[in-house]
Amino acid sequence: MDLFGKPLTVVNIGLQIFSDSLRAQQVEVIDVDFRPSPYDAPRLTHTRHGIDIEAANTEAVRRIASGKAILTGLGIAREVIPGMGERMILHAGPPITWDRMCGPVRGAIIGACLYEGWAKTPEEAIDLAASGEITFEPCHHHHAVGPMAGIVSPSMPVWIIENPPFGNRAFCTQNEGLGKVLRFGAFAPEVIERLEWMERVLYPTLDRAVRSLPGGIDIKNLIAQALYMGDECHNRNKAGTSLFLRAIGPALARTCADGETLARVISFIDANDHFFLNLSMPAGKALSEPAEGIAGSTIVTTMARNGTDFGIRVAGLPGRWFTAPAGRVKGLYFPGFTEADANLDMGDSTITETAGFGGMAMAGAPAIVKFVGGSPQDALDATLEMYEICASEHDSFLMPALNFRGTPLGIDIRRVVETGISPRLNTGIASKEPGIGQVGAGLLRAPIECFVAAFEAMREA
Amino acid sequence: MIVQTLVKPGEYRDSVALMLLARELGNLPGVGNVSVVMGTPANRALLVQAGLLTPAAEHATPNDLVIAVQARDAATAAAACRQAEQLLAAQATGAVSSTSGALRPRSLRTAVRALPQANVAVISVPGPYAAAPAWDALRAGLHVLLFSDHVSIEDEIALKEYARDHGLFLMGPGAGTAIMNGIGLGFANAVPRGPVGIVAAAGTGLQEVSALLAQAGSGITQGIGTGGRDVSEQVGGIMMLEGLKALQADSDTRVILVVSKLPSPAVADKILAQVRQSDKPTVLALMRAQERIQNSEFRILNSNLELSNLLTAFDLREAAALAAALARGEDVKNVYKQLAAEDRKLHLKANSLRRPLNARQRYIRGLYSGGTLCEEAMRIWQAELGEVWSNAPLDLRYKLPDSAKSKRHTAIDLGEEEFTLGRPHPMIDNTLRIQHLFREARDPSVGVIVLDVVLGYGAHPDPAAELGPAIAQAREYAGQQGRFLNVVLSITGTEDDPQNRTRQAKAFKQAGAVIAPSNAAAARLASWIVK
Repeated sequence: MDLFGKPLTVVNIGLQIFSDSLRAQQVEVIDVDFRPSPYDAPRLTHTRHGIDIEAANTEAVRRIASGKAILTGLGIAREVIPGMGERMILHAGPPITWDRMCGPVRGAIIGACLYEGWAKTPEEAIDLAASGEITFEPCHHHHAVGPMAGIVSPSMPVWIIENPPFGNRAFCTQNEGLGKVLRFGAFAPEVIERLEWMERVLYPTLDRAVRSLPGGIDIKNLIAQALYMGDECHNRNKAGTSLFLRAIGPALARTCADGETLARVISFIDANDHFFLNLSMPAGKALSEPAEGIAGSTIVTTMARNGTDFGIRVAGLPGRWFTAPAGRVKGLYFPGFTEADANLDMGDSTITETAGFGGMAMAGAPAIVKFVGGSPQDALDATLEMYEICASEHDSFLMPALNFRGTPLGIDIRRVVETGISPRLNTGIASKEPGIGQVGAGLLRAPIECFVAAFEAMREA
Repeated sequence: MIVQTLVKPGEYRDSVALMLLARELGNLPGVGNVSVVMGTPANRALLVQAGLLTPAAEHATPNDLVIAVQARDAATAAAACRQAEQLLAAQATGAVSSTSGALRPRSLRTAVRALPQANVAVISVPGPYAAAPAWDALRAGLHVLLFSDHVSIEDEIALKEYARDHGLFLMGPGAGTAIMNGIGLGFANAVPRGPVGIVAAAGTGLQEVSALLAQAGSGITQGIGTGGRDVSEQVGGIMMLEGLKALQADSDTRVILVVSKLPSPAVADKILAQVRQSDKPTVLALMRAQERIQNSEFRILNSNLELSNLLTAFDLREAAALAAALARGEDVKNVYKQLAAEDRKLHLKANSLRRPLNARQRYIRGLYSGGTLCEEAMRIWQAELGEVWSNAPLDLRYKLPDSAKSKRHTAIDLGEEEFTLGRPHPMIDNTLRIQHLFREARDPSVGVIVLDVVLGYGAHPDPAAELGPAIAQAREYAGQQGRFLNVVLSITGTEDDPQNRTRQAKAFKQAGAVIAPSNAAAARLASWIVK
């Protein structure tokens, strides 16, 4: 028996008297901080059809971890996004109808209608949107993701991220900037003008530059580097944005003949600390998608909000959304704003946590506490806590602050329900009034009801 | 009397810590009933039963701590609640794991990640939550002491099969004791190292034989606990056999001692077949199966008893004595001589203790904290006296209709579930046993009360400090009623135990108890007093 003769090192889960006794015998022992699950959560090891869940999860995590996210170019939504209809608008979060949409999402749809020329005034746009003539679908149903309102209309240019080992692609618009922008529900003329500039000037300039690079730009690699530099690539993207500018700079300079355009494009990127978010998000999407549909897997492949509902999807239950009301973000507000101004949690940006960075990597981004509140120790603890609910650890996204440990990867709904710990999210807070912009940033947890519902569904699967 | 409750959301403590806290609050002046529990449905039902549930506590979840206090007035109740908060806060800062500073792991899986060299998991969470960490532990390559009860038999079998196939021990469920590499896990005694290896499907049985070996100047290599249900027909003795094999293969183990409460006949046969695989002298203490050997189910066992390296023992006293002798290379005939000599002394002592009793005082009352020790006593009393009533009788005809009302000769196993639901085990807390002790002392037909006192890690830090005065009080009460009352006890413990056997024995003697050298000796002595 391999135990005889060896020093004992013990894990104690349960009565404290036993670990006390072991300490009295000079044995090294660690106590588990056990708390009973508040839910009826028997440990699921197999599905009803006998599929081994651990094995399925191992495969899901393997796919997410081994994927690549290469920026190969840009394209116009109607041309490159599969299934993009002519009178279709994609939005963030789970499916939702116009009547239930929140202020910022409606505002963004109004802006998109004006931008597309489907309506000449906001009133016309509202009538059109309410009429049923426009099809509203989640970005996630079309291999796309969008931050905040996440609105994508047919004429908008999108980044194209490819995952060559698995052959899938993901799409996202370019980040417009901060403040009065479409994604926060603004639709004033300057918003539309900016969108037009992005289509006319920004898009072709970036596209030429990217396509001039034979291997494209490895976004996953930039994320890994940014995580070493204090970003988590969801709420802090400064380093990522800077790294991206370095990666594309020479190609931009070579392929953009007009110096003024070049300067404007570089300035546009430079002025926006979150420019990289719209690359890290589709990277997360591209990396996560191959795990969808793995029979028996309890790994989360999507977390997304539309400003009204929060929804998740699970690898072993493809095509099914599990939703709950979107939550209130608890955080710090920009001067002049309070909680009364806040919209509920919104956006597809939680694809970052799903793919193993974002909030999962908070231990590497202590500066974030200046925006979301708390102390640097809280940032460390936030990541440490997430290991409790994740199936594995990343081998590419590492955190120096945790001795180069990989980020928590693969949220397992079983562990969420067992521990009562739901994913910790840090996010921007939008004004509930369309067109105002971001009013703060903060923290919240994904609603645990989604995971409980998904768990129940898994028991029946 | 008014009842006040305080709910502390998200605060969790283990059941023993909470019950000891409740007891401390209950000692405050003006405070009656106190309950400090997690808000599980089962606990809320207990609060209802105790008249302690208030609307505030009704909505508590299993993750919330509920402090329920019954007191003479609102001010006293409030003060008690405040005291509870202070004690909880003090507990929280004290209860820091060896990896202080960082967030404590919330699951066994992440604990192993934090302590990668871990090789054993001790699991004592409530039964419904126990199988999951047991699986996590086995998959991480850890051996497991599964102290928890109420794990399904299907889970037990699956866990044990996996463990066996991966060269791991899964000790339990319901395994209270193991001693591995000289370290006590669960409730265990500090026993010197020596050449005897023990595998036991009986927790206090393992404690008793290991302590007796220590008393005999011997020691143990390993004490493997399998949990009582291991030797049932369905489980098939999986861990009993693995333990036996491991001890047979272990070069430090020269003598093997097997303790088991009633194994199924098929399992008994498997044990014997395995014993046959080794030359090592093996002592078999099969408790009740001893009596069954003659009957047809156990005839296989009977016909195999001629193995040359096998000795059977009627009780744990004999088992330990045989093992010690074999370890010393002595002739076992001496053991039987010594036991006979001890019995003669016990007879003499019994005679002197019988004299002061009156004619009415004809009955024994045994109050046991260890299930195996209770069973051992009942077997001895059955042989010596005939019928023995109990809440867990050998013969179902003698099951007490009311466990609180003893009949004639009675042995109570206070570790049984009916007594431990919602309270700490009698090895940790003496309150219930003392109540029973006083009840028996008031019964004029009682001639001797017998107790087992189990020392060791995990047990009450100073049983004599509480039981001693209770014994003295009980005897004094009987004296005031014109009766002499015998209290006989044995101490399962060693000098190295935190409680120190010698000090405990001295204190009990001063209280007026008669101390026998083993549980079996105590049972014999008691039976001869009333015979």
